[in-house]
Amino acid sequence: MKKADNARRRETLDIAMRVVSGAASLIGIFFLGWILWTVARQGLAAFNIDFFTELPAPPGVEGGGLANAIAGTAIITLLATLMGVPLGLFTGVYLSEFGKSTRFGGMVRFTMNITMGVPSIIVGLFVYTLLVLPFKHFSAYAGAVALAIIMLPVVARTTEDMLNLVPNALRESALAIGMPRWRMIIAILFRAARSGLLTGILLAVARVSGETAPLLFTAMSSPYWMKGLAEPTANLTVTIFNYAMSPFDDWKQLAWGASLFIMATVLGVNILARTLLRERTK
Amino acid sequence: MSDVKLPLYGEMADPTPKISVRGLDFFYGDHQALFSNDIDIAPNRVTAVIGPSGCGKSTHLRVYNRIFELYREQRVKGAVLLNGENIFAPTVKLLDLRRRVGMIFQKPTPFPMSVFENVAYGIRLHYAVSKSELDGRVEEALKGAALWEEVRDLLNRPGTALSGGQQQRLCIARAIAVEPEVLLMDEPTSAIDPIATAKIEELVEGLKGKYTIVIVTHNMQQAARISDFTAFFFKGYIIEFGATKQIFTNPHNKKTEEYITGRFG
Repeated sequence: MKKADNARRRETLDIAMRVVSGAASLIGIFFLGWILWTVARQGLAAFNIDFFTELPAPPGVEGGGLANAIAGTAIITLLATLMGVPLGLFTGVYLSEFGKSTRFGGMVRFTMNITMGVPSIIVGLFVYTLLVLPFKHFSAYAGAVALAIIMLPVVARTTEDMLNLVPNALRESALAIGMPRWRMIIAILFRAARSGLLTGILLAVARVSGETAPLLFTAMSSPYWMKGLAEPTANLTVTIFNYAMSPFDDWKQLAWGASLFIMATVLGVNILARTLLRERTK
Repeated sequence: MSDVKLPLYGEMADPTPKISVRGLDFFYGDHQALFSNDIDIAPNRVTAVIGPSGCGKSTHLRVYNRIFELYREQRVKGAVLLNGENIFAPTVKLLDLRRRVGMIFQKPTPFPMSVFENVAYGIRLHYAVSKSELDGRVEEALKGAALWEEVRDLLNRPGTALSGGQQQRLCIARAIAVEPEVLLMDEPTSAIDPIATAKIEELVEGLKGKYTIVIVTHNMQQAARISDFTAFFFKGYIIEFGATKQIFTNPHNKKTEEYITGRFG
């Protein structure tokens, strides 16, 4: 009799567990879906030719677009990628190939993990004191450096993980025909892990393309086309921040449009990354 | 130096050893895996290395091309002479040593590139050759590995697209393409099927005229079939070394006898 009771208790617990975890997932999906739906609905209304080709209009003037912010975000992200990716890639190589069991390697790995958890606003403030205050103006450079710092640990750790997946037998067989180690890393390891490495890079790009805080203190914003990399530079995330807080309806509309644009881009990059990763595991 | 008597090759081979190992100790960190190994490897013959799992066979082999140096915790004591020159001497160029002493691994490990590139990569690495010369050398190496007929129309396919046995022969082609003097084979057939194994054994038979071959194997029939000399390893010591025929028909050591008759291992 006692045994049967026990079984019933277990069954009840099992059902309760399923209900709780199912409900938790549903709540998560619900809010995510709500955000996506709202951004898509409001953002689509802002999309027109002007949005992609025109400069923002002054308050009170109808129309205008975010062409300068789209270009600014693209350029800052590209610059950040050019700085952060090679650094991250080679840090990852060091961690996986040279500093695996060394004290310094452990230190680097620990620092990377910590850096990954640093709030991005702190990175923004850091670059502000380093590259904005001394030059007395905001710049695309400073924005790109801030984003590169955020990218660095992401790329380094994924590179390390992906290179660790390459079997040692492949390293040994490359060295066994008399290949120097640097060449083994570039010609064999990078090639063997290429889709994984590319995935890590794309995810890092996706991650920083939505960052606002580091750009607020560095690239700032601008209502004009950029004249050079040493100028304050319009970008989508800071534009969202500014316009969403403004009292003007058409600016709010543009902020929705910018949100949808970023969301769609990040989604696109993620899908690309996943496709590449799937190819790798095939 | 240990008290193991090194046998003379007698009529069986050129009396000058290709490789002489003297007093070789090997350490994984604090753990000692090889104890004062002494052995002479006969030129242009097949020497089999047998023994139970974990006895140090592969460890011993991995000293000859210094591949163990990839791992910082592994180190050796003692001497390995290739053509009379210590491979640990500062004058020895590591990359050239590895060109001269090729290695085939347990699992086939084609590079992530085409069949052609798998073989061509090493050639370009060590020799300045024209495109037509390169094509010729790749073909020659693939013929040497008895693979040419099967892949001549698949040269641009990825190396990993070949079957397991073909991949292993591709690795042999890759190794002989850089014109080595010695081929080290670390259980080259343990990951492939019996028919592919037979092909590789036949290939080894053919290769020994040109190269000195040292093969680690778990398969005693294989050692008996293809080798001229056999070394029996046990717990990091070379227990017995001699002509394969003698080792398998009239072993001097009791442990060797127990192992080859299948009483342990």
